Formats: sequence, C-alpha cells, structure tokens
Amino acid sequence: MKRVQFSSPVLPYLFLLPQMLVVFVFFYWPSVQAIQSSFYIEDPFGFGSTFVGAANYTDVLLSPEYQKIARFTAVFTFLVTVLSLGLGLLLAVKADAVIRGASAYKTILISVYAIAPPVAGLIGMMFFDQHIGPFVKFAAWFGWNMKVGLSYFDTAFAMIAVSVWKQIPYNFIIILSGLQGIPAAIREAAAIDCRSGTRRFWTVILPLLAPTAFFLLIINITYALFDTFGIIDVMVKDKAADNPITLVYKVYLDGFRGNDIGSSSAQSVILMVVVFVLTVAQFRFIERRVHYG
Amino acid sequence: MYRTKFFDHLILILGAAFLIGPVVVALMTSTHEAAEIHRQGLMLTPGGHFVDTYEKVLTREGGFTGQVTGLRMIMNSLILGLGFAVGKIVLSMLAAYAIVYFRFRFATLAFWMIFTTLLLPLEVRIMPSYEVVSRLGLLNSYTGLIVPLLASATGTFFFRQYFKSVPDELLEAARIDGAGPFKFFIDVLVPLSQTMIAAVFIIMFVYGWNQYLWPVLMTTDESFYTLMRGIKQILQVWIGSQIPDYNEAFALAVLAMLPPVAIVVLFQSWFIKGLTESDK
Repeated sequence: MKRVQFSSPVLPYLFLLPQMLVVFVFFYWPSVQAIQSSFYIEDPFGFGSTFVGAANYTDVLLSPEYQKIARFTAVFTFLVTVLSLGLGLLLAVKADAVIRGASAYKTILISVYAIAPPVAGLIGMMFFDQHIGPFVKFAAWFGWNMKVGLSYFDTAFAMIAVSVWKQIPYNFIIILSGLQGIPAAIREAAAIDCRSGTRRFWTVILPLLAPTAFFLLIINITYALFDTFGIIDVMVKDKAADNPITLVYKVYLDGFRGNDIGSSSAQSVILMVVVFVLTVAQFRFIERRVHYG
Repeated sequence: MYRTKFFDHLILILGAAFLIGPVVVALMTSTHEAAEIHRQGLMLTPGGHFVDTYEKVLTREGGFTGQVTGLRMIMNSLILGLGFAVGKIVLSMLAAYAIVYFRFRFATLAFWMIFTTLLLPLEVRIMPSYEVVSRLGLLNSYTGLIVPLLASATGTFFFRQYFKSVPDELLEAARIDGAGPFKFFIDVLVPLSQTMIAAVFIIMFVYGWNQYLWPVLMTTDESFYTLMRGIKQILQVWIGSQIPDYNEAFALAVLAMLPPVAIVVLFQSWFIKGLTESDK
C-alpha cells in the first residue's frame, strides 16, 4: 500500500461503484442462483420447483454419461496442455537461439494467437472435411478412414489438433519472453562451466523457466476446460450424440438444449469447485514468485 | 555451430508453416468458387473470385429473416470489441485508483469482492447469467452483450499492480502543489499509464471481438449478430446442402480473423507487454 493516501468520505466509494455494480449484478447474483438452483428440480413447464437436496449432484456424479464426459475432458485437457506447452517450448527455445529472422517467426506465431476459437474450429473443420479435407486424404494413405463428426475417436483427434494449434502461439510468446528475461551473465557462466548445450538447457535454463511454466500450466488447463468451447461447438454442430464433448459443453447442452436447469446448475457448481482449486493454486504460486522472484 | 543454426531454422520454419499454413489456405481458398473447391479440395494459390465472393458475403442479406449482412456483423463485432475494451479500462482504472490511492473502511472487503470474480469464468455460470440478463430485459441489446462480460477483475488486477509500482513521491509532490484526487488522476496518473492503457486496450479488444458463447446465447435477433455468431449460422445452413458454400464460409472466417490479427501484429510490442505483465 501507498505511504500517502487520499482520504475522502465519498470519493473512493464513488470510484468503486461502477465496478461493484457490474460485479454484483452479473457475477454474485448469477453465482448464488447457480448454487441455489442446483438443489432444486425445476418443473419443465415452469410451474415452480421442488427442493431435492443433493439429488442433482448424486444423479450427475453417478451417471455413466457424465463419467464418460469427465474422462474425456481429463484426457483432452491433459493432451492439449502437454502438446501445446511442449511445442510452444520447442519453438520458443529455437527462436531464442537464432538471431536472424527471430522477429519474423515471432510475428507469424503471434498472428495465429489472435484467431478466435470458433474461427479455428471452422478452419479445422475444412481441413478434416470428408470431401475437401487434405488431412482426411493424407490419413487415407495410411489406411485410416477418417470420419470426423461421425467417429468418436476421429472427432476427438481433430478437436485436440485444432485446440493445440490455437494455443501454441500463446505459450510461445510467454516462454520466449521468459527466456529473454534470463540474465546474459547466467548464460555465460553456464557456458563456461558446461559445453553441452542440451545439458545446459536441462540443468540451468529449464529450472529458471519453472515459474513461467507453472503459470502456463494453469492457464493451459483453464484454456482446455473453458476456452475451447467455440472449437467444440463448431466441430460437433449441436449433434453431441456420439461425439466427444467436454464438461462445459455438457453444462450448456443440459441447460439450454435439454432445459434441465437443476442438473446443469449442479454441474456448474462442480466446475466452480475445479476452477476454485486451480485458481487458489495459481494465487499461492504468484505470491511465492513475488517474494522470491 | 553452423549446423545447429540450420536445424534451429528448420524447426522454426516447419513450426511457423504448420501454424500459419491453415490461415493462408483459408485466405486462398476463399477466392475460388464453391464448385471448384468441391472438386479439387483446398487451394494454395489465389483464384479469380475474390471480389464477387467478398462482395456477396459483405452485402448480401442472409439468415432466416434476411436482415443480416456481413457488414452489419462486422459493425456488431466492432461495437462489442470497442465497447468491451473501453468499458473494461474505465471501470478497472477507477476501481484500482480507489483501492490503491484511498484510505477508507471496507477497502479490504471491496478488494476481495472484486478479485473473487477471477475465480469463476463466465462459462461456468452461463445459465444463471442468461436468466439475470433476460429478467433485466437486456436480451438482444448492446448493453446485454457487453456489460455482463465486464464482470471480471482481470483489468482491475492489472491496473492495481501498475499503480502500486508508481513511485510514492509523485503523489507527495502533487499534494504539495495542491492537487486533489481528480487532478492527480487526470493530470498525473492517466498520462503516466498511457502505454499500459494501450496494452490493455489491445488485449481486451481482441478478447471482446473473439467472444463466442455469450453472443450465441444473447442474440436471437439477427440484427445483433456478431461475426462469431455468423460462423455458427453459416455452418447450420450447411447441413443438407449439396455443395456447401465453402468459399463463403472461408471468406467469413477471413473477415472474422483479420481485425484482431492486424491489430496484434501492428502493435506487437504493446501487445506482448500487456500479455506478459498482466499475466493473462
């Protein structure tokens, strides 16, 4: 906090008012409502609702369909996070090593960052299209009859590929700026002590990147869980029947397509808990970085 | 040495091609005719139908009610992106100013009330948010499109961190010169934050422009459709058509990605500054 501050009986409240108003109406009110309606079953025709305790939660958690979607979400999140972080790291390390053309590579990669998930999904759809998709033709050479939109596995494959493609640039930018923040003195000292570039990378550079990597890990998990909604929606085109979907998509399907508000709210609350845990981990970590970084 | 540089460049070129390739193909294919694309697949070279395809997408009235054109969707996306960015900056600068520069009761409470919003993204409270907005009669309005998206503290957090790094001496000097809270904010703090404001503006504009789920739910009236909503629309029309309008879909995708890509590339240094310093 500041050593000197203004003190005024009205002004701070006046300045806070707009933000507080928005936060109350569009954050607290809906969040409380989600928690509340997760304990009720709403009449489908809108005539009142019945209190059912934790029944919505047990129904959701015990349903084989929900468990299947949760498993897919876990696999999807894991693969998207690992692949986009790994490829982002590889490209960032290489871009940090070269001098000529580094800014050109950077510009190309950054431009892909600005593409919205549904646009990425649309372009991906075309590449995996039955008639015109080059990836489908490519897979056919290896005897893989790819049917995105019809086969569970193939759709999952396409979704993961598009989601990774969309996320690599972000990881690249953050890791590259992390790499460029490593003092030259440390690099030089390491170069004197150890001739092998690969070993220097694993023992000196990577540990110094650990704070950035941890931060990115959480951001990537959040991305895979929530921001991929646009990609998934465009790729399954509302025909979720035998296609892989993530938990957030299921909340949307049950709430808006199925009109099952109680169950959808219970699922929202379950996701809230997941995000809560992730964010607390992130905050604790940022705190640590502020002290020791 | 020479050899390792060669491999570094090889990997970078492959990576860049893998990332930018689909974008180039989308751009090239959008300039061909649908039947030609259907016959020959995606294109790597420009075709001769750039003008007519884009003119059609921009000006033809489509959709169910025949009200919405590409131009209209671009305008709506612009309103969403600009409105969101400006709203976010105004709200969060004011709130951060109050939190950092004022001594008042409930300061800690206010801080936590605002920062709790970082915990839950809009996606997990989408149903009740929709109900609140519909109860307030804000469906199919620009207010309903923009304001609920502002209920997150990313901007406030960012400006709070920045204000805290501003030297205390500035405020002391300003107070000795007799500057009040308004004068200090407008004449010292805002000019000082210019680069930060630019960085936040770019990130928030891209974020607003790229919004998908909220506009899809909010706008049933086609005159409020954004480009992202239009993409969902064009794919729904597809199902059941003999030769889908591949070229028009690609043209729409190109229009939807052009503004954010252009802004991010043009203002690269500010953008990276914003990304790395706001940590989001």
